[in-house]
Amino acid sequence: MNYLLLIYEDEKALHARDEKTRNQVFQEYGAFTASVRDGGQFVAGDALQPTSTATSVRVRDGKTITTDGPFAETKEQLGGFYLVSAKDLDEAISLAARIPSARFGTIEVRPIWNYE
Amino acid sequence: MPTSAYDLLQAVLTAERARILSSLIRTCGGDFDLAEEALHDAVVAATTQWPRGETPDAPDAWLLQTARHKAIDSMRRNQRARLKLSELGHSAELLGGEEELSPIPYDMLRLIFTCCHPALHQEAQLALTLRTVAGLPTIEIARAFLVSEQAMAQRLVRAKRKIREAGIPYRVPARSEMPERLDAVLLVLYLLFNEGYSASSGEQVVRQELCAHAIHIARVLSELMPEEADVRSLLALMLLQDSRRHARSNARGDLVLLRDQDRTLWNQAQIEEGLSLCDGAAQSRSGGSYDIQAAIAAEHARAAEAEDTNWNQIAQLYEALLQTRPTPVIALNHAVAVSMAHGAERGLHLLGALADDLDGYGPFHAARADFLRTLGRRPEAERAYQRAIELATNDPERRFLEGRLREVRSTAIPRDT
Repeated sequence: MNYLLLIYEDEKALHARDEKTRNQVFQEYGAFTASVRDGGQFVAGDALQPTSTATSVRVRDGKTITTDGPFAETKEQLGGFYLVSAKDLDEAISLAARIPSARFGTIEVRPIWNYE
Repeated sequence: MPTSAYDLLQAVLTAERARILSSLIRTCGGDFDLAEEALHDAVVAATTQWPRGETPDAPDAWLLQTARHKAIDSMRRNQRARLKLSELGHSAELLGGEEELSPIPYDMLRLIFTCCHPALHQEAQLALTLRTVAGLPTIEIARAFLVSEQAMAQRLVRAKRKIREAGIPYRVPARSEMPERLDAVLLVLYLLFNEGYSASSGEQVVRQELCAHAIHIARVLSELMPEEADVRSLLALMLLQDSRRHARSNARGDLVLLRDQDRTLWNQAQIEEGLSLCDGAAQSRSGGSYDIQAAIAAEHARAAEAEDTNWNQIAQLYEALLQTRPTPVIALNHAVAVSMAHGAERGLHLLGALADDLDGYGPFHAARADFLRTLGRRPEAERAYQRAIELATNDPERRFLEGRLREVRSTAIPRDT
């Protein structure tokens, strides 16, 4: 079976971490990812940029409503995901708006962390 | 006429900074910070080179080209930016051919649409528009929104960071995206205008000047997008409202109601421009909300005296507005127009349905008090004025309502009869 492992953390605490701890955690991620790949279990995985880069997309009455910020509804729960390649945020937003559930719920568009 | 190199530089920056910056940002692949730094460096270069007798014939083109060179040099030195540079293409293309020595108008649209991108927080859109399109220094924007300079600087930093890191592209939206994106721009301009319009004469000048900035940007936008009727409607609305600026308060800073205003103080040039935009829009009436609001403002502007106001027409316009924007506040304005056209009894009747929604809204109680007063229902009017005073948000408003309350009380029927 396939499983989605979602990583939740306190962003403020994360950014307040000292360099030594940060590097250590980074190394641990590297080791973990390598081991998952070696085990033939890796399908996909990435770090996300922080919530300050998030955009929420909803489609209501045929109109796309775009707002700054991450998903924050108490009455909606995570139901699926797409990992897409888009040339910029506008293209990502227009993809998000075409997801059928955009009409009923919210699609959060978050850029993937680029290590370059 | 500028007599020195310094004056020339100041004049060019005042007139052209936004346009030059808008082109630069494109050269920098959408990086606002890089563009601003490059422009700053170009200005510094101008202050040393121009006085040495090298004053250019086309100073705006000089600044743009100089800044472009500095930006490209900077991108070559910065490793992350180098990748962007290679994405953007050969630097000779970025420097522009002969035909692109001056800023091109399309870049201004790119700038306006990017500053007002819906993926940015509303506050960020307002701040970024004032900073880059209106060219206001951060400290003045802070004063305009009554926050500290540090808070405003942070707001701008976060906005630019989001543009960079979320990949907000520096472009004019495609036709299919235009309705949502143009709505966002017009909303920013409308909010800026309202912020300035709500500033009373005693407040900071920079707040009152927000109206002029909003009008200026709307004008630029209407020139660049002549096919968009909503832009002209908003511009008409702002001009017509702004035309009343000097009649809105008396020497003491008290609020003067529309019906009591000295109409000779209304700015006729703005009214003329506003009315001609409205009449032009009538051909391609979009029925959009700015369109209708402008038509309402036009009715007031056309009346030489308050008694000449066509309240029946205004009431009908509010009914049309309620079709697309059925909000309690617009319904309140509709009720006031109906009372002016058909009597206070009908106005009061319409207010009944709004009592729940607008109980916390001062103008609702002020309107109700006014209708009751007109109908001679003084004790009820008194209570309504008191509630309106409790909810008043500024001194001129409060003083006005207290004056009305005193009037009502001085002719009140004694309670024990």
